[in-house]
Amino acid sequence: MTGLGLLSQLLEILTALVAAPLLLGWVNQCRAWLQNKTGPGLLQPYRLLHKLFNKESVVAEHASPLFRAAPYVVFGCMALACAIVPTLSTDLPLSPVADAIALVGLFAVARVFISLAAMDVGTSFGTLGARREMLVGFLAEPALLMVLFCASLISQSTLLTTIVESLARRDLAIHPALAFAGVAFTMVSLAENARVPVDNPATHLELTMIHEALILEYSGRHLALIEWAASLKLFAYSCIGIALYFPWGIAQADAPLALVFAVPALVLKLAIGGVVLAVLETVSAKMRIFRVPEFLATAFLLAVIGMLVQLLLTR
Amino acid sequence: MQPFVSQLVNLFAAVLLMLAFAMIAQRRVLSLVHLFTLQGLTLVTATALVAFATGQSHLYFSAALTFALKVVLIPALLHRLIRQLDVRWDVEPLINIPTTMLAGIVLVIFAFNLALPIANVSASIARGTLGIALACVMLSFLMMITRSKAIPQVIGFLSMENALFFAATAATQGMPMVVELGIALDVLVGILILGVFMFQIREQFDSLDIQHLEKLRED
Repeated sequence: MTGLGLLSQLLEILTALVAAPLLLGWVNQCRAWLQNKTGPGLLQPYRLLHKLFNKESVVAEHASPLFRAAPYVVFGCMALACAIVPTLSTDLPLSPVADAIALVGLFAVARVFISLAAMDVGTSFGTLGARREMLVGFLAEPALLMVLFCASLISQSTLLTTIVESLARRDLAIHPALAFAGVAFTMVSLAENARVPVDNPATHLELTMIHEALILEYSGRHLALIEWAASLKLFAYSCIGIALYFPWGIAQADAPLALVFAVPALVLKLAIGGVVLAVLETVSAKMRIFRVPEFLATAFLLAVIGMLVQLLLTR
Repeated sequence: MQPFVSQLVNLFAAVLLMLAFAMIAQRRVLSLVHLFTLQGLTLVTATALVAFATGQSHLYFSAALTFALKVVLIPALLHRLIRQLDVRWDVEPLINIPTTMLAGIVLVIFAFNLALPIANVSASIARGTLGIALACVMLSFLMMITRSKAIPQVIGFLSMENALFFAATAATQGMPMVVELGIALDVLVGILILGVFMFQIREQFDSLDIQHLEKLRED
């Protein structure tokens, strides 16, 4: 572990924590513009977090310690996920701790805790939300795993930093597998981040909400942590997408000076990604909840086919 | 490192496979015809690329033939058929698409394993894609089995022919011209006859559901 590695690791975590609400604000702003609205402004997520952190946290009378602990666990999982995805540099001391499989596991832990906490108080909405979250999760997780395996097959490693390094340095070659995995990844990200075809982040309509139903019982700093964790999740997914498909500009271990250019490159890529997400959300209609398994099964299928094609064509 | 053209052929083969899956999952009749047209177009591009890479001029002819037949003529016939039968906005109730797709994955794995020993002895530029072509054939079979309406079954049959054509190109640099012309004519005549059949089926049963054909009738 070098001092520079430590520096880039710290820088990366800080960037994630600071920039994640901004990314959410940017996506919401773009969405508002596309719908001919003025929009709440880029800084709205920060204002929301500030407001929530200053409010009193109300916990239900029958809530168990798990209910109080869940926001911290979820936030910790998402922060760690952001730390191990290479966004600025591939020289990350934390990266060997968790590879691509453990990354999916981290998301799963967060999901389990938030669902347990939602069921803990015993309201009907929480249970309903938890069930739906699991319905989405049990199909989205294998699909995400398969997407990451596609990239692992190409670069012969499940370590995210190694994947990014080999993808950034390879010769120009067409990998049909990556194209399949890309479509699958987009579908999984939309589902996992509670975006429009699967869930509407702006709704409070009882019958359709998934994410909102889960966190209905939270308030104050707990809610703030969960909202922050949700934006961190969006940030982490965007960064996985960037790391797999546009790895150019991420500083390599042997070129530390590139770190200076890595930050503007990341901002630019995230800004473009946010616009793409907003457009995707605007042009698609929300699905019925029973169509969601079909949607995610398609994503899983695409990722598996990508993997098979990669195995067949590169012998 | 494979040459660039060969990579492009692989890419189009992968697109063919994806289109085969899209056809399995598609509920609307009209979208199925569009997908079929797209499949034909991909096939033409892949064939032309193989022709370019190997310098075999007769493959250009077969690509042109495919274009005329499967991108222009047959889709036009299908569109006319759909208009005349008035099933333009027909939505077929499909049961359990995820299960069908999982069965599709199993078929793909089977086809890939089946193709491995054959591809190893082939000297063609696109030998890696033989597995994909076989998988497409099997997926078209699956589509014909799972569909109950007449038009999707016919489209499944046509897409199977597409996949067979691609398999021939992938394994052996294409078939002789006489065979290709013969098959093209067969397909064309086949679609005309099947079109007449569909009218007859509807005349008899007031529906295009093939399952009516399974019952014996007394009259």
